[in-house]
Amino acid sequence: MSANRSPLFLERATYRRRRMMDGARVLPILGAVLLLLPVLWTRSGGMGTAGEAVYLFGLWFGLILIAALLSRPLRAALGRENPPPNRNGNPDADAPE
Amino acid sequence: MTLNILIPAALGYVVFLFVIASLAERRAETLRLAGRKPRFLRSPLVYTLSLSVYCTAWTFYGAVGYAVRSGLEFITIYLGPTLVFIGWWWFLRKLVRIGKAQRVTSIADLISARYGKSNLVAVIVTLLAVAATTPYIALQLQSISLSFETFSDDHAVAPQQLAMWVAAGLALFTILFGTRNLDANEQHHGVVTAIAVEAVVKLIALLAVGIWVVWGLMDGLPDVMARIAAADRPEWRVQPARWMGLIFLAGVAVVTLPRMFQVMVVENSDERHVSTASWAFPLYLMAMSLFVLPIAVAGMEWLPADTNPDLFVLNLPHSLGHDGLAMLSFLGGFSAATSMVIVASIALATMVSNHIVVPLWLAQRRMFEGAVREAGDMRGLVLTARRLSIVAILALGYLYFAVSGSSRALASIGLIAFVGMAQVLPALVGALYWRGASRMGAATGLATGSLIWLYALFLPSFGPNVVLGADLLTNGPFGLAWLRPHALLGVSGMDPLLHALFWSLLLNAVVFIAVSLVSFPSPVERVQAVQFVNTFDLGHPEEFHGAHGWVREASENDSEDLLAMSQRTLGPVVAQLFFESEARAQGKDGFLPDPTPDFLDRLERELGGSVGAATAHAMISQIVGGRLVTVDDLMAVASETAQIMEHSAQLEAKSEELARTARQLRDANEMLQKLAVQKDSFLSQISHELRTPMTSIRAFSEILMDDEVTSDAQIRYAGIIHDESIRLTRLLDDLLDLSVLENGQVNLDIQAGNLPDLIERALLASNSVLPERQFAEQRSGFDLPIALNTDVGRLTQVFINILTNSRKYCDADTPEMRISVRRKGPQLTVDFIDNGSGIAKKSQALIFEKFSRLTDTHQAGGAGLGLAICREIMHNLGGEIAYVPGQGGAAFRVSFPADLAAQPRTGQPGL
Repeated sequence: MSANRSPLFLERATYRRRRMMDGARVLPILGAVLLLLPVLWTRSGGMGTAGEAVYLFGLWFGLILIAALLSRPLRAALGRENPPPNRNGNPDADAPE
Repeated sequence: MTLNILIPAALGYVVFLFVIASLAERRAETLRLAGRKPRFLRSPLVYTLSLSVYCTAWTFYGAVGYAVRSGLEFITIYLGPTLVFIGWWWFLRKLVRIGKAQRVTSIADLISARYGKSNLVAVIVTLLAVAATTPYIALQLQSISLSFETFSDDHAVAPQQLAMWVAAGLALFTILFGTRNLDANEQHHGVVTAIAVEAVVKLIALLAVGIWVVWGLMDGLPDVMARIAAADRPEWRVQPARWMGLIFLAGVAVVTLPRMFQVMVVENSDERHVSTASWAFPLYLMAMSLFVLPIAVAGMEWLPADTNPDLFVLNLPHSLGHDGLAMLSFLGGFSAATSMVIVASIALATMVSNHIVVPLWLAQRRMFEGAVREAGDMRGLVLTARRLSIVAILALGYLYFAVSGSSRALASIGLIAFVGMAQVLPALVGALYWRGASRMGAATGLATGSLIWLYALFLPSFGPNVVLGADLLTNGPFGLAWLRPHALLGVSGMDPLLHALFWSLLLNAVVFIAVSLVSFPSPVERVQAVQFVNTFDLGHPEEFHGAHGWVREASENDSEDLLAMSQRTLGPVVAQLFFESEARAQGKDGFLPDPTPDFLDRLERELGGSVGAATAHAMISQIVGGRLVTVDDLMAVASETAQIMEHSAQLEAKSEELARTARQLRDANEMLQKLAVQKDSFLSQISHELRTPMTSIRAFSEILMDDEVTSDAQIRYAGIIHDESIRLTRLLDDLLDLSVLENGQVNLDIQAGNLPDLIERALLASNSVLPERQFAEQRSGFDLPIALNTDVGRLTQVFINILTNSRKYCDADTPEMRISVRRKGPQLTVDFIDNGSGIAKKSQALIFEKFSRLTDTHQAGGAGLGLAICREIMHNLGGEIAYVPGQGGAAFRVSFPADLAAQPRTGQPGL
């Protein structure tokens, strides 16, 4: 069943796509760590609600921006990595065949 | 502004929603009839906006109140979902994929479908969802009635009466657009469109108030920052435990809340929309919370201290005389509340009807009539069940509101609901990522978590002496202090919410995992587990061999019953179309396809799209009976797969072997062709070689026959004839020798000898050729005697041949011959190296071939067989002769075993 074995090495475009997916997986972890920073600041007296608000909204916007940049290539990968839905499993079909 | 304006405005808004929803429905219907998809109604934008049902009145009004009480903590409610959405590649992608592949109708349906289509699990999730959502709906009713009260400075309103009317209106709307049809995909175009419009309204309203506060009341952003800093309070300090716990809780809730699941998974029409929502929904959340803090600070400064902070958004513009803005704000809050109520009640009604009402009805039919075969119209029943469920849920919400009053802060009710629905998390994550998660594990885990949630958070939230006695709250049941609701197992002093979240989820997960580890899942469960966990590997479930819930063919007659049953559930037109297309796919005419496992699977999924997996499964198994997959079938599939794999491995090995054989055959064929060519050229060469001496013999004998030949000439001519015949004889001798050697029929005369003596003899013998040339000799390695036991004569012949060749062809001015002997174990190597120009690279391969002469024939004076014979001799002596390039002249290496007798010679007779 050699046809099912996934290739060991990938061409450039596929390699890039895989790294995009890795990026998409790492992003929430990075976000979670950065969102916990205010907790650490509290210990050292904090930087005030106003300062923390600026930090949080800035971080929030940054995360959204990165997610937006990643979303287009990932959407393309969504179709390519997986076979298309079959004839009956497509809920988009308004009328059954 | 008074209620006289407000009530018509609210009514007008509702009418507007009705129009939007019915237009959307009509548009979708038109497009459907035209065979097209409602592209705009199902665009990523509408999908993202419909997700905003996450932002309820609790967000719209409550966030500001939350900010006044706890500072930045309100933001955690939106940061959790943000993390979940930007991490969609981890979880949401799989959830939506499975939801669509399995055609789930609700979160309870998804969980039950994964755990062996068990209705028990579905019922637990449904009850939990009802318990958690009812207060949430009450919260929305409360916020609406509170917002009405704000405007009723002079009039006295009865909040409960008002809330009742609102609830009734919402029930009507939801029934009209949420249960319009029993859609095979459980999708509601009208509702989703209305929700999307409401999302825009509430966003605009909140942004408008925020912008007015920042740039109207205050002096822009720097001023806002200064005022926030001035208003900072100690209780606004971030509390580490709550900060982390609430981010986690909100992240869980955005997936497990029934209404979120409804818009995110069930109403999803294209999984690629999730990628857009991954950034657009967090952006929406950020926009919703951007002005919360400024509004909170403004409310604290401009409004009297006794104002309810939960209504700052409304009170600020109202009390400062901005009636238009106040109206917009009111409509924003109103839409936030209504959208939540509508979607939540649709989601809950689907669960209640699919998992409680219909199974009960089926069980009752079974009791009285023995089978569903004769049952009446299922569609009507399901729709009625849903409509009644919607009314019941809204009534429950209203009742909760009426009983609990409007005393408590909005935020705490919302969070209590979050913790309740979070109990689904272990079972949900297990469903998607752990094949070992079992039905028993899910059911016990869910039950454990739900009970702890009820006991430690939900029931105490009513306050002492409402459900739980004050004595129980402070001292624990029966005086057992370690069972106090807010200090389970002696963990006291913790925030009650975090306390309940911690214990309920921990014990839920522990029980779930432990029971899963020790229980053994049913075959259906195992089939479903593969389809869920490996959904990306399988491509599409139907392509996966063996992952069927049904195995053996049902009997022919069952098809008719199946059609009858499907018609009652899906409606005659849809069911007939489905059966017809299935029959055609099987290559049959008419409406009745063979009930193959494949077909049963597809039919089940089709039915599951409207009544849920558990019910669909139960209905089909009633008709086709015992054709359900068993453990043996699973094992058979597994061994079949293993056999196929083994078989294909064998085939692969065989085909490799065949390729090898073919290659060998091709090589052999090429060799044969080469040999044929060689033989032809050999024959023509021989003819040529024989002809030359023969010609001169004939010519001179003709001359001799002439009378006029003098005796002198006679003697000379006879001499020539003699020489030519000798040459002829030698040639024939050589040929004979060669053929004998080549065939291995030679008789070797093995004797003892001494290598240095042999070389001396060869040197002496070769000196007779061109004796005028003087060769300088260099010897090494044979000063001492080296004993040999081989055919000495033949070996000497080889040496002589090499030395003679060298004498003939070495073109150096002062010719030189180096002879060196080396010994390596039993093997002897003799190198003969001269200092001539050597042999050109391209000729090196040819010199050992027969009749190969590099120079003119007559100069060589031989037939070109010498080296060919040498090679054959060395073969027969168990050694070889080779040309060694790069030695500064022609270099021949002769290697052979010193003792031929000790050397095993294969296939060579001769001794």
